[in-house]
Amino acid sequence: MSLMKQVQQARNSQRPSALAYINLLVTDFIELHGDRRFADDPAVVAGIGMFEGRCVTVLALEKGVDNADRLRRNFGSAQPEGYRKTLYHMRQAEKFRRPILCLIDTAGAACGIGAEERGQGQAIAENLFEMMGLTVPVISIIIGEGGSGGALALACANRVYMLENAIYSVLSPEGAASIIYKDAGKVEEACEALKLTAQDMLRFGVIEGILKEGQDMVLAPSNIKTAFQEALKEFRGMKAAQIQEQRYARFRKLGGIFS
Amino acid sequence: MLDKSLFKSPNLALEEALSRETRQPQVVCPGCNRTVSQQVLKDELYTCARCNYSHKMSARQRIEMIADEGSFRELDLHVVSQDPLAFPGYQEKLQQARQQSGESEAVVTGLCRIGKQPCALFVSEPGFMMGSMGAAVGEKLTRLFELATRRKLSVVGFTISGGARVQEGILSLMQMAKVSAAVRRHADAGLLYVAVLCDATTGGVAASFAMQADIILAEPGALIGFAGPRVIEQTTRQKLPPGFQRAEFQLEKGFVGRLCRRNEQKETLRKLLYMHSEEAS
Repeated sequence: MSLMKQVQQARNSQRPSALAYINLLVTDFIELHGDRRFADDPAVVAGIGMFEGRCVTVLALEKGVDNADRLRRNFGSAQPEGYRKTLYHMRQAEKFRRPILCLIDTAGAACGIGAEERGQGQAIAENLFEMMGLTVPVISIIIGEGGSGGALALACANRVYMLENAIYSVLSPEGAASIIYKDAGKVEEACEALKLTAQDMLRFGVIEGILKEGQDMVLAPSNIKTAFQEALKEFRGMKAAQIQEQRYARFRKLGGIFS
Repeated sequence: MLDKSLFKSPNLALEEALSRETRQPQVVCPGCNRTVSQQVLKDELYTCARCNYSHKMSARQRIEMIADEGSFRELDLHVVSQDPLAFPGYQEKLQQARQQSGESEAVVTGLCRIGKQPCALFVSEPGFMMGSMGAAVGEKLTRLFELATRRKLSVVGFTISGGARVQEGILSLMQMAKVSAAVRRHADAGLLYVAVLCDATTGGVAASFAMQADIILAEPGALIGFAGPRVIEQTTRQKLPPGFQRAEFQLEKGFVGRLCRRNEQKETLRKLLYMHSEEAS
């Protein structure tokens, strides 16, 4: 499969979006809206629910299911208030000592006049800062697109997994083509150069594992469930400081070998 | 692979930068076309005395302006980019950037004194791929914050960056997380971090350590934002209002604590460092 095909597959609107997995895997899910500062951002779904007999915080970037829904959710590209909504929920999770499960599917953070006026950079920066201080486990799964800082704002986790056809990238291939090659037509080359597949991520040590999707995504829900289960089991007995330390060490080593 | 001859001691790199200046003794101000000598420009702190235009400053020029004379001790000069993706054309880009800037990477880090106050200092180098952050920049910053945490030092940082360096792909994005983790530890230790946002601070740098400081200062007129103006115009097909994303705009919107002109920077930083020192508590 060509890389461009894979990128298209990761973006395919037929792929189940985050809410489909939440509904399958989390029981008694109670969605809670708003960031308590400005507005509710429908690109972000956040709430609490039960997973394997335990209360968890669930955060997701949701692209939507049909055209109207996708439009309303800005195709999963969150505004600053979306990230601030997750920030509120992270603080709640820290207070009540419950794990955080994140599902990521976004082309990137929202780009526009409003997003800039309300501090998109600051919102993402604060998420990264806050997540690095959390003492509860954070498990993130990229289910489709993991687009740049907008995805990382939910991925400063103790464990990160990807569905096998998902992508994770510093910049969209289209963006890279126009910035690096100054030619919007060179998307295929950009896909190649960016190294954005789950296999690449595993090789770089950016993710812990690849989750098989199976024909028509039939295996995806159970594999996501197993990944969450196993990760939560692993962190269950760990002390707060150890959980924080593990996250620090996880990111500390990323970036090649330096003498 | 790496060309060892490129990495000279800090003094030599400084000399190289200085010799570039002497090769180009006259500068034409882009703001008012005034022709001035490098020396006059330096005396004016790289701010045009006639039209107030902020001239581009190299990392070394900023260090000379901010740090007490002879106090700067550079760290991790040998930490340089490794081209982890074997990205087409990146090696040549790096070579070019090294030659143009006289630096080995897009940030210079070290320890210094500002008005006798000790601190850790980082300064972005705009001449090196627009100050973009790859693995080496992330590593240098992380080491600086870790060292500052161990030695209980404040951190002062001048940011200029186009964001994450696309040629290092996902590993560039990961530096945002890595540096944030080190900034967080420094903060948890109760230590001060002051950022001075310069023209331009955008993308992954604006969305990580630039916006994580305890106190955020900005140079007047500096472009500060997540998405660049060109990208926003292309995406939204809207014309951006004048002054959009400039430091004055960010001040008005509440994301910058204070504007700080170059002739006030050293004294402002000295005061801030002093007010957070043990002596003042």
